[in-house]
Amino acid sequence: MTDSSNTASNDSMPTPVEVDQARAELAKRRAASLKKRNAAEKRFQWAGRLSIAFGIACVLFLFTDIFSKGISAFTQTYIDVEITFDAEQLGLTPQSTEKEIKAASFGSFFKKSLRAQYPEITERKAKRQLYALFTSDMPLILRNMVVADPSLIGTTQTISMIADDDFDTYYKHSYGKNLGPDEKISRLNEMQENLVHQLVRSGAVKKKFNSILFTNSDSREPELAGIKGAIMGSILTLFVTLILSFPIAVATAIYLEEFAPTNKITDFIEVNINNLAAVPSVIFGLLGLAVFINFFGMPRSVPLIGGFVLTLMTLPTIIISSRAAIKAVPPSIREAALGMGASKVQTVVHHVLPLAMPGMLTGTIIGMAQALGETAPLLMIGMVAFIVDAPSGITDPATVLPVQIFLWSDSPERAFVEKTSAAIMVLLTFLICMNSLAVWLRKRLERRW
Amino acid sequence: MKKLILGLVAAASVANVSNATARDSISVVGSSTVYPFATVVAERFGKATDFKAPKVESTGSGGGLKLFCKGVGVATPDITNSSRRIKSGEFEDCQKNGVKEIVEVLIGYDGIVLANAKGAAPMQLSRKDIYMALAKMVPGPDGKLIDNPNKTWRDVNAALPATKIEVLGPPPTSGTRDAFAELALEGGAREVEEIAKLRGLKADQAEEIAAVVKKLGIESAWAAAVKKKGDKAKGKDVVKIIGRSVREDGAYIEAGENDNLIVNKLVANPNALGIFGFSFLDQNSDKVQGSIIDGNAPTFDAIAEGSYKVSRPLYFYVKKAHIGTVPGIQEYLNTFVSEDTIGPDGYLIDKGLIPLGDDAYIDMSSGAKALKNLAL
Repeated sequence: MTDSSNTASNDSMPTPVEVDQARAELAKRRAASLKKRNAAEKRFQWAGRLSIAFGIACVLFLFTDIFSKGISAFTQTYIDVEITFDAEQLGLTPQSTEKEIKAASFGSFFKKSLRAQYPEITERKAKRQLYALFTSDMPLILRNMVVADPSLIGTTQTISMIADDDFDTYYKHSYGKNLGPDEKISRLNEMQENLVHQLVRSGAVKKKFNSILFTNSDSREPELAGIKGAIMGSILTLFVTLILSFPIAVATAIYLEEFAPTNKITDFIEVNINNLAAVPSVIFGLLGLAVFINFFGMPRSVPLIGGFVLTLMTLPTIIISSRAAIKAVPPSIREAALGMGASKVQTVVHHVLPLAMPGMLTGTIIGMAQALGETAPLLMIGMVAFIVDAPSGITDPATVLPVQIFLWSDSPERAFVEKTSAAIMVLLTFLICMNSLAVWLRKRLERRW
Repeated sequence: MKKLILGLVAAASVANVSNATARDSISVVGSSTVYPFATVVAERFGKATDFKAPKVESTGSGGGLKLFCKGVGVATPDITNSSRRIKSGEFEDCQKNGVKEIVEVLIGYDGIVLANAKGAAPMQLSRKDIYMALAKMVPGPDGKLIDNPNKTWRDVNAALPATKIEVLGPPPTSGTRDAFAELALEGGAREVEEIAKLRGLKADQAEEIAAVVKKLGIESAWAAAVKKKGDKAKGKDVVKIIGRSVREDGAYIEAGENDNLIVNKLVANPNALGIFGFSFLDQNSDKVQGSIIDGNAPTFDAIAEGSYKVSRPLYFYVKKAHIGTVPGIQEYLNTFVSEDTIGPDGYLIDKGLIPLGDDAYIDMSSGAKALKNLAL
């Protein structure tokens, strides 16, 4: 940027006018260059801001889309119906044993009770359409009520009945709105829609918080489907993953950082750990299928195997972050401990490990969050399955939350669309909580030297 | 590393213990088309009886039969669902691995529909139109089979609109795709005179076959058939090859196994057609409409009485050796074939399954309840 190239043609000193001219020129050029540089900086900043805005817009779009679709799944339509538990019709008395109650025919009792409310419905097809407004499990629910409290027999109760998914969808999205035939979401026929209208006018239809979503496991009836089984499966799978991956990863990291000599073998191991972190997760699933199920003959679809496979997947993540955390502990701490006469193991266990722990935990939580959202490896080991009963141990068949989302998204029933989004919302909540915990831990416990 | 190995060994021994004890729930695998029906039965069975609800995995028909035929023992599935009949190769595989006695149960039918978005004009197609639009090789002007040149539906049939041929369908691993290729494409191919003639030729009519093959210009397909079947290659084998291959130049778009995805893509693109099972059409009838094929719309009644031609049978297969070992298999089978489930008013019918005719139903249910062995 030197610009003192004088007009040295005359072999004489420049005149003051010439100097002034040169200075003015210089200032002008400086100003121009400064403007250019400032503009470049501004452009760069704007590019950065735009990228962030784009990212936020994408996230917002995703969230609003999921939220707008899923929010309606957190309510469920109920219909209040007065039911008389007629002792004669059921063939039961308040003194009946549980076995007798279970043997009673609640299916026909339920249908008869409904027919009694609508004596004008006589045709067989119309009757079926009437029953179809209620969830198919209603007789079972009534039976369980009586089992829990046999004194109900002979009394008349107003029972909040779960509406069928078609009723529910119609009532939530289309009822009472002036929609064209193309916009209306309804699988009900005219007669059923009239019944719904009657019921709503009599004040029997209510929307309540959908606790079924959290207390039931998977079901093919959207109104009865819940995520309890999937959440239990996720917890059990992550439990196995944590129990296996944390100690193995920490031991590996400590050995490699503190004890192992630096030679070709450790270099080789390091390269491989980094490679492993980049392997697509489905490959771990294939490995799990080949090793655990085909070779060791372990059962399919169980959280134990899911945990094994996810352990393989999360190990590199935890090892890498643990090594970084150990590296961040200043050498002076080790030297001081060694200088005081501590052995190498004492130094590591008493000083290095506690100081590196926050970093290790952060890595572990992030690894777990990754494992929580994983579906592909579980596909291979049969955890993508329809399972009605929530698992109670690590060897019970189970599925996990992201798999539940996948299964619901593939179901033909319209009402599963909102359930899918609701399950995504629950999964995202878990992930956000775990990641916030990791950030909080890092902020709270990390020490700076 | 040592810890890892120790951990694995320890875990393996734990799992082996759990594996040695018998399973207390039925394990069902197989077709993704039967999955929505089998899961409903499994759920109701679990609720209505004291048995645990069966675990149902969706692995595809072929994948399910492979797992099923792997052998006898609690590590293998008890039941596999299939959207086609077991192939003789698979049956032999089963026999070889000790799965000797199998009970076959035909539960009903599923129509395959070619649908487009509601609001677009409904398509009126014949199976031959579908063949001409989607097959890899179609008859050219001189009667020889050439690479499919048709770009728009009007190229196929002058009565059809001049829109681009765009069909979204499942990938080759899917049973729906197999059935579609067999029923719609090959069904349409048979309406080409020469192909129909070729199909009727037996293995010993080598000269006639050679003549027709030459006329159609399909020597390479014939060579493939001979390679596969040897001396026993018949006209039918080569028709299978040419009739069932789907064009790969972008007119047929593989859209994955997720049928909901196809429905959404159709809504976004009114010119496209999509291939999926009848139950999806039934559930999404506010968004999409089925094309009329050979004069029949894909309605429940048309499929049930067989006038809608593109429909296929749905089966499940039971491993007899497991009855008595795993609790509830016999009861599950009885529940599945009962009138309440798949009879004309059964609850699976409400879910979109097409029921068997009365006589077929009686035959099937008595055979299934008596655990009649499958023989191919």
